[in-house]
Amino acid sequence: MAEPILEVKDLVKHYPLTQGILFKKQVGAVKAVDGISFDLMKGETLGIVGESGCGKSTLAKVLMNLERATSGQVLFKGEDISKLTGQALKAVRRNIQMVFQDPYTSLNPRMTVGDIIGEPFEIHPEVAPKGDRRKAVQDLLDVVGLNPEYINRYPHQFSGGQRQRIGIARGLALKPEIIICDEPVSALDVSVQAQVINLLDQLQGEFGLSYMFIAHDLSIVRHISDRVGVMYLGKMVEIGSDEEIYDNATHPYTQALLSAVPVPDPTARETRDRIILTGDIPSPANPPSGCRFRTRCWKAEERCSTEVPLLAVPELLKGPAAHQSACHFAEVRETAAV
Amino acid sequence: MPDIHDEDSYEPHPKPGVSHLDYAGEQGMAVEQETLVESDVVKREEARSLWGDAWRDLRRRPIFLISAVLILLLVIMAIFPWAFTDADPRKADLVHNYLKRPDWTDFFGAGWFGYDGQGRSIYARVVYGARASITVGICVTAAVTVLGGLAGMIAGYFGGGVDAVISRIIDIFFGIPLLLGALVLLNAFSTRTVWSVVVALGFLGWTQIARVMRGAVLTVKQSDYVVAGRALGAGTGRLMFRHILPNAIAPVIVVATIALGGYIATEATLSFLGIGLQDPTISWGIDISSAQKVIRTAPYVLFFPAAALSVTVLAFIMLGDAVRDALDPKLR
Repeated sequence: MAEPILEVKDLVKHYPLTQGILFKKQVGAVKAVDGISFDLMKGETLGIVGESGCGKSTLAKVLMNLERATSGQVLFKGEDISKLTGQALKAVRRNIQMVFQDPYTSLNPRMTVGDIIGEPFEIHPEVAPKGDRRKAVQDLLDVVGLNPEYINRYPHQFSGGQRQRIGIARGLALKPEIIICDEPVSALDVSVQAQVINLLDQLQGEFGLSYMFIAHDLSIVRHISDRVGVMYLGKMVEIGSDEEIYDNATHPYTQALLSAVPVPDPTARETRDRIILTGDIPSPANPPSGCRFRTRCWKAEERCSTEVPLLAVPELLKGPAAHQSACHFAEVRETAAV
Repeated sequence: MPDIHDEDSYEPHPKPGVSHLDYAGEQGMAVEQETLVESDVVKREEARSLWGDAWRDLRRRPIFLISAVLILLLVIMAIFPWAFTDADPRKADLVHNYLKRPDWTDFFGAGWFGYDGQGRSIYARVVYGARASITVGICVTAAVTVLGGLAGMIAGYFGGGVDAVISRIIDIFFGIPLLLGALVLLNAFSTRTVWSVVVALGFLGWTQIARVMRGAVLTVKQSDYVVAGRALGAGTGRLMFRHILPNAIAPVIVVATIALGGYIATEATLSFLGIGLQDPTISWGIDISSAQKVIRTAPYVLFFPAAALSVTVLAFIMLGDAVRDALDPKLR
């Protein structure tokens, strides 16, 4: 695959916890994203999975510059965009756009579809000249599979799937190179999910987009992604191509996640080996020392509580299954899940 | 979750040569679009928006219709009082008209409601008194909505220190009783006109709207479409006035409409206490005040301006109620 278009280096986002009303004193921090590094290649889809509260959405917000990173770098084509402000930030926003999770709240109910999709052109007038905007909006509606005549309708006149198409059209308006999809289909019902996923897939080919696709549905992520990253408690625990993750997972957390995917086959369901994790996800304000997963891991040993496992290709694994995994005892599990 | 890896039932890539619209025509989508097209004719007639829905809802409410007609009448009366009476409200004829009783046969005439203690036509004074009340009500409400709306918007949008400062100022103003504060302020004016009353009430009244606005802005600010606007690179002005304001204004309009009646009543109270409007301005409050001297011999001198005041205040409060019900989808 081509060169990386987005490089994330040791990205950290901490939300300070303060005490006191007048004189605020920082007593700690919620470590929502705590040192994440990965590359997004041109034209690829990187899936990010993990359970609720693991920092997926915070990661998206930091990449979008909607939240300021505490430390670390986000390089877009080699240029650090995480500290930009003003016009430079506005210019960079043209290249990275977002599709939101809930199509019912991400469209302004007081604006017509034409105004919603046309707004990017008003903010960035250089993208489309004034006279061409209406046409540009209608083209976008056509591209996402909606009737261009719906331009004067309001969002509530559309179904969930159609609204998400409107959201995608808005994201496409500025001809970005990267689209960050924050659970774009989890609010839709199953039949519509497939349509939206197909649309995203088709648009990627058409416009050469790179996607970062955040979801908690493993099957959808596998379907759309070229590479998959697994997050747990603000850390990336494993990252690799979809075969590497789905068929040769080496991190215990990934294995546990995969074993929880429902299998549409009653006999296989009886015999398969499920990993049941005990306990809850620890508080990101006070994560466990060493490996963050050790409190719920069946492989945990003394070493895990003292030494933070780095995201690297484990030494034991060479050959086809080699990919980065943050575990001291990384190995492929014998009974392949999914 | 169905197995979406099943390539037979699921097509990850569209067939070449198929247009986007056709491509969207997988079973579910096709049905969806067809039904939309079929109902096109019906839907076009009712371009539905919150205000459209509210208006349709309002038109069916008798309370709204009654109060709207009353308010319309009062506004016309305030602008063209001479259209309702030929009599001069300032013409005093103590010899012939001192406390003359209402003459019901003198329909819409000078003597219809009788004459007051200075021999002036009560009917004419009720008609001309509408102007002061309506002007004060509307101007104070407008001033308060703009001032309070702006303060609330700034506090809610920027949050943090700005919010803390504005909120504390609001708290301080909340501690001042409206009537007492107005008494003190109005005493500072040597000649008091309608405008001095507007300034005093506006200065003291903006906090209520500011609080409502701040709360609404705090809620709307969180919504995804505002985040989406920021992600597109929209500036503060665009976010505030294109995205937040239209979605946060509904509760403000409700509170403002209800408060309008209250301001009219406050103006009358101040005039009654002798600290609001002064003669020769014609105001219901002044007339009520001067009527108390003759209340036992001629109660009608008190009755008519008091009734006009009550009906006006009631009309605005009923209108506010109806608007609130129409704008609140939960009550629908």
